[in-house]
Amino acid sequence: MIRFVIQRVLLIIPTFLGAALLTFVLIHAIPGDPVQMLLGEKVIDPVRHQELLAQIGLDKPLPIQFVDYVWNVLQGDFGKSIQSKESVLSDFFQLFPATLELAFCAMVFAVVIGIPAGVLAAERRGSVYDHTLMGAALTGYSMPIFWWGLLLILFFSLYLGWTPVSGRIDLDYYFEDGTNFMLYDSLVSGQEGAFASAVSHLILPTIVLGTIPLAVIARMTRSAMLEVLGEDYVRTARAKGLSGFRVVGIHALRNALIPVVTVIGLQVGTLMAGAILTENIFSWPGVGSWLVNSIYQRDYPSVQGGVLLIAGFVILVNLSVDLIYGLLNPRIRGRR
Amino acid sequence: MSEAAKTAGTIVATPAPVLTPRREVWLSLKSNRGAMAALILILLLILCAIFAPLLAPHDYAAQNVDIALTPPAWAEGGNSSFLLGTDGIGRDILSRLIYGSQFSLMIGLIVVTLSLTVGVLLGLVSGFHRGTVDTLIMRLMDIILALPSLLLAIVIVVLLGAGLANAMIAVAITNIPHYARLTRAAVMSELTKDYVVASKVAGAGTLRLMFKTVLPNCLAPLIVQSTLGISSAVLDAAALGFLGLGAQPPTPEWGTMLADARQYIDSAWWVVTFPGLAILVTVLAFNLLGDGLRDALDPKLKR
Repeated sequence: MIRFVIQRVLLIIPTFLGAALLTFVLIHAIPGDPVQMLLGEKVIDPVRHQELLAQIGLDKPLPIQFVDYVWNVLQGDFGKSIQSKESVLSDFFQLFPATLELAFCAMVFAVVIGIPAGVLAAERRGSVYDHTLMGAALTGYSMPIFWWGLLLILFFSLYLGWTPVSGRIDLDYYFEDGTNFMLYDSLVSGQEGAFASAVSHLILPTIVLGTIPLAVIARMTRSAMLEVLGEDYVRTARAKGLSGFRVVGIHALRNALIPVVTVIGLQVGTLMAGAILTENIFSWPGVGSWLVNSIYQRDYPSVQGGVLLIAGFVILVNLSVDLIYGLLNPRIRGRR
Repeated sequence: MSEAAKTAGTIVATPAPVLTPRREVWLSLKSNRGAMAALILILLLILCAIFAPLLAPHDYAAQNVDIALTPPAWAEGGNSSFLLGTDGIGRDILSRLIYGSQFSLMIGLIVVTLSLTVGVLLGLVSGFHRGTVDTLIMRLMDIILALPSLLLAIVIVVLLGAGLANAMIAVAITNIPHYARLTRAAVMSELTKDYVVASKVAGAGTLRLMFKTVLPNCLAPLIVQSTLGISSAVLDAAALGFLGLGAQPPTPEWGTMLADARQYIDSAWWVVTFPGLAILVTVLAFNLLGDGLRDALDPKLKR
């Protein structure tokens, strides 16, 4: 087991270096003078220009610059944002809770609906339920979520007026020294209506971001359940006279969940990509909309740092899923 | 004598029509109602793209502020000349959607062709020359897969500059690993089989083994993946268009149209609704067909 853990941990190093190389190339391939970019419109003489270039380390050979870059990143130095003049890392972590909160809610939504839907479809295989649910799942899987978001806003926010159009909470509420996890902040603040406001802002983005993972989980649960329901021990459990609920809900589901858990873990990448679109639609102040905004503003240090941080997060989550899977399923440990 | 041969021929032929593998797949696909509906939809879409100039009632780029934001024909204030209404600068939405099908199909085809070609080549090389080359290629594929595809596509577009061509390249790159992995896995399982060994013994060179002997037998998973790949390409390219990084206005690409439509969300629902519906239906059709093809080509997976 320890060998397995070490092997998996070591395997993420090349992946991380690859992601770093990608973002490094990104910042260097962008046309334009980096010194000029930092200075804005100011004109400077060539000597001073050279000095500044040396100051930010851009006069060294590229491989050395890459090593420097990785070294800085490992120490948590992701450079300074051109827009905010703050360190990219602090900008990122200022906004990351918003994305995390949204992604977490979306995942809960997807799991809570997706697993029962998959179980139901598998149990009633070939029935109207099965066809309807799987048709819906395929539609969800094919959904352009940026349009789905607009459609939900159109109906629930503008037509029915039930939910707010954008943001995380009404402007009336403000939390000093908050964690920036709005549900938590609004709950502990004790301000009347704050929590309800935060929840109402979360509903539509959660549905939009959760739609594709929901469809994937439902489909995966169904096929895993179908496999398990054909096993001998399920027949034994039925033969013993256990109720249908016990057989399906406890005996079968527990074993069907192993592949489902893996799929859930792998959806984190999808969630991060989806967050870019979802946050954009709902003006959700998370890292997704920040990243897109940085692209529009040509704030390349932020783009570079943001991409690497998100990639690092996804890589770490995937590693954890891998390790948990190895823990749950001893057979996987022996394999490479 | 010829008489005898003819009779012999008919006798052999009559008992049961020969079920070639291709025919078998077709029959299985034909019995799948969803896949057949998808196939018909896709054919309609292709016709739509080919005959766009004939089908479109108006010039897709013609602006006319006087008729801006005309509702669809059936809604109050609608005009039967503009079946699905007009957008913010008076362009006919139906005509733009019809021309948009050209872009979506082109995006799907080009992206899949690019990623399929590169992916298959990498997979073949990887599968044939194990060792360092294999490790290098597969590590690279792992890196690409580890990054969320839209994020990677955004990075590449930022690098290359916004635009439809660059968006297609970006989406193609993010899709390469799927084909490379599939090909490598299929090659590795085929390489141990007798027919490949026989071919090798008969003196076939590596290239011949790769493309003539092994590749044709790895096609099934690649066909399925390519069909599903078209849908994800259409979706991702539309997402990039929506973010302003893909096709640029006034191109009638569906994602770009949606980006443009956002400002009218509280005044003109039709501008927002129809382009997205077109994306959904197209993507859904290719996914349905892909699922059907998978069931038909690999009955083991059928559930």
